[in-house]
Amino acid sequence: MEELKFVGKDIPRIDEKEKITGAARYVDDLDFGPNLLYAEIVESPYPHALIKKIDTSEAEKVEGVVKVVTGKDFPFKFGLYMKDRYIFAQDRVRFVGEQVAAVVARDPKIAQKAAKLVKVEYEPLPAVFDPLEAIKEGAPIIHPELGQYSHVPWFFPKGGTNIAHHRKVRKGDVEKGFKEADYVFEDTYKIPRYAHCCMETHISVAYYDLSGRLTLWNSSQSPHVQKALIADALSPLGITEKDVRVITPYVGGGFGGKAGVTMEVIAAALAVACKGNPVKVRWRRDQEFYNTYMRQQVISKIKVGVKKDGTITAFQIENFWDAGPYVEYGANVVNASGLSATGPYRIPNVKIDSYCIYTNLPAAGPYRGFGYSEMLFSVESHMTRIAKAIGMDPVEFRRKNAIREGDSLAYGAPMNPNGLIEAIDKVAEEIEWGKKEESKDPKKAIGKGFAIFWKAPAMPPNVSTTAFLKFSGDGSVNILVSGMEIGQGYHTAMAQIAAEILTIPIEKIRVELPDTDRNPYHWQTVASHVTWASGNAVKRAALEARDKIFEVVSRAYHFNKDSLYLENGKVKCYLKPDFELDLKDFVINGIMKEDGYYVGQNIVASGQFFVDFCSALQDPETSQGGHPNVHYTVGAAAVKIEVDKETGKVKILKAVEAIDCGKAINPLNVKDQIIGGLLQGLATALYEDMRFDKNGKILNPNFTDYKIPTSLDIPEEVVPIIVEVAQPDGPFGARGMAEHPMIPAAPMIANAVEDAVGVRIKALPITAEKIALALAKGEKEPDYYWHIMK
Amino acid sequence: MRKISFILNGEKRSVYVEPNDLLLDVLRDKLGDKTPKYGCGRGDCGTCTVLLNGKSVRSCLILAVEVDGQEITTLEGISKGGLTELQKYFLKHNSFQCGFCAPGMIVTLEEFLKKNPKPDEEEVKEAISGNLCRCTGYVPIIRAVMDYVKNK
Repeated sequence: MEELKFVGKDIPRIDEKEKITGAARYVDDLDFGPNLLYAEIVESPYPHALIKKIDTSEAEKVEGVVKVVTGKDFPFKFGLYMKDRYIFAQDRVRFVGEQVAAVVARDPKIAQKAAKLVKVEYEPLPAVFDPLEAIKEGAPIIHPELGQYSHVPWFFPKGGTNIAHHRKVRKGDVEKGFKEADYVFEDTYKIPRYAHCCMETHISVAYYDLSGRLTLWNSSQSPHVQKALIADALSPLGITEKDVRVITPYVGGGFGGKAGVTMEVIAAALAVACKGNPVKVRWRRDQEFYNTYMRQQVISKIKVGVKKDGTITAFQIENFWDAGPYVEYGANVVNASGLSATGPYRIPNVKIDSYCIYTNLPAAGPYRGFGYSEMLFSVESHMTRIAKAIGMDPVEFRRKNAIREGDSLAYGAPMNPNGLIEAIDKVAEEIEWGKKEESKDPKKAIGKGFAIFWKAPAMPPNVSTTAFLKFSGDGSVNILVSGMEIGQGYHTAMAQIAAEILTIPIEKIRVELPDTDRNPYHWQTVASHVTWASGNAVKRAALEARDKIFEVVSRAYHFNKDSLYLENGKVKCYLKPDFELDLKDFVINGIMKEDGYYVGQNIVASGQFFVDFCSALQDPETSQGGHPNVHYTVGAAAVKIEVDKETGKVKILKAVEAIDCGKAINPLNVKDQIIGGLLQGLATALYEDMRFDKNGKILNPNFTDYKIPTSLDIPEEVVPIIVEVAQPDGPFGARGMAEHPMIPAAPMIANAVEDAVGVRIKALPITAEKIALALAKGEKEPDYYWHIMK
Repeated sequence: MRKISFILNGEKRSVYVEPNDLLLDVLRDKLGDKTPKYGCGRGDCGTCTVLLNGKSVRSCLILAVEVDGQEITTLEGISKGGLTELQKYFLKHNSFQCGFCAPGMIVTLEEFLKKNPKPDEEEVKEAISGNLCRCTGYVPIIRAVMDYVKNK
């Protein structure tokens, strides 16, 4: 293979200069002029209640208040996967913090003051916060109209219950598999809710101008989807997609929280209500905790059958997901993770039940890992316990059962090429698996934990992406895409791909942030698929540009197109070694021929990528028959920790993680994704924890009480490892990897804690308190406890 | 409303403020310096860090009236004269991902390195422990600072 000059190189981020100088503008940094209005939201204090009456008259009297809006003004629904939510609450509220009304004023302080004067009369209803309680007979029904909601064809809601979706997977004969097993291991694991905690809170500024044009500036992962969903939600007012424009400047972190539509639709509605003025809605940090699809909690009941030699014969899991009162995006988390709930193992007999359950906690949904971080805690904790119980080394157990290329997945499709075994071996070597280590401090114990993981992009089976490429007269290039640079290094990767084809230096390429009017369609920046999908589109655009370049040069000089090639941004010819033509000499103005006439064209190109080999239409009873996932990215990880036997405090001495990204377009960026994602995961494993009071109110909606890691919490050593088994349809073989680093963190910590001090924690987070209490009481498997204060 | 005057990034600025206006809001909304960011509004995250008479403070916890007659420096002021040596090392090490914490982080570190030009890694970690970053895992930031310190 020809040597690559840009792809696979540690090229510095192309957006870094803006960020280190403060030049990067985020939505809140844009100037909207003196006509800007500010919104304050009136929120429900009850988790479940009927709205009897709303009196806005006092608020309207406050000087400076422009408008007070309630659900009556906008009785419209919105949603990407299932329309179960209104812009503002209608006849009832379903969680603490739900938007009941909004006050728009000239000044944010006036809006705040007036919002307190909106009087809402409620009739409280019984609420339910526990998914297992919510599916019991007689539980309060949160959506009496569930059976009538419109949704994608791969969701199966059960009207008259709180089950919004049930993903069933049936492969082989699980009962026969358990009979064939020498041992069957069963247990229950519990994962709480977590918050994304992007440093930039959600913000949307919407402007409905006097001509009826609706423009939004959003901190978003999904500009084109927001355009479509907002137009759809406001379509009863005559607004169509051509009228809606979404502009997304720099985004201060996403992690899934800024996917789909949440608060942006509120800004859009308020702008419509205040025609002619831009309206700003910005979440304060506490609102960010309530209103951005936090990660769902899940209770996992797992049962696995194995033979004496370690062969897995049967796998059964029931995952009970608490998705809150509006599950439309969360139900897809439940769906996607349900299809892959076995983890990366080869198993002949499988039974998976993945339930998406309505509760009266705030709405939950996607967060880095899209369900896999949650569900693999139980699977990977359980696999280590099984291996130990049958006297097998946990790494050997994984090597034996790890899924390989061509193996049949739980839903019947074949597994893609992957480097899982290589990842396992490299991680085991780096962590010195099998080497027992003693702490010098007798109060402390050292342990090691291992985990493997996988994740497929969770997408509708028809997602699409396009790239536009255009030249300037000096031969520099602008690439227009609508994937979002949310920090992952996407723009740099796209520039590298274009540079590779066009042979021009990175400094001559700019990748533009999306504006749905200007940049072509891209579904959403979610699922860790943009490097793969958008990378293909950019590569095709660059190839098309190259073809047009050769076309022009061959017409001007009568060379055969096939004899032309690019080198260092110049067109050269195999047959005429002294020929050389710089791109800047003709990409805009063409080539002058001897007679003074010009040959040429303005070189512009587009590239397209559409997923046309997927289908989500499977047998709903078994999930067999379709091809719902494009491919899986796999990996392995391990930690070495030191546990203080008195305090239970865990110190991470070393963390190692290997990911098979197909081809690392930018190895430095890939390694930094691993380092950053791993720390995010380790925090969910060790201390991050969302707590609620008995009325569904969050007890820690701030960074004082909800602790995210600081620089003092990082492991002593982190070793990121890149494995490259090419993705056949990826650009230069690449597949996505940015969500994955978080996935193995929790189970590998649980496995290491047990290795160190013999305590098996089955409920996240694995806090010092839980370990210390278990050690003090001599409990080897302490029972999990609930995250709602009783 | 009260008129206050202070030096912002080397330039005298005057502005009318309410007694309860926060420095962060005045800098951003009245004086147009958008480099300090709102992240938490209660001093937890450090994205709004600015220098008050050369000392780093959280501009979301300072009333604007308090800075009357004082000197404020933000990332805009630091960047005005071209990239600082530290910024060049950030560039080399891909130190930020989403970049939202960058202003507070750089302001904090510029001050810290003036006071302690040859810190060890633990001191650097301590120095930025009040500046939250959700993307990088801090490692690329520490990598940049240690490389800068080594080559200074």
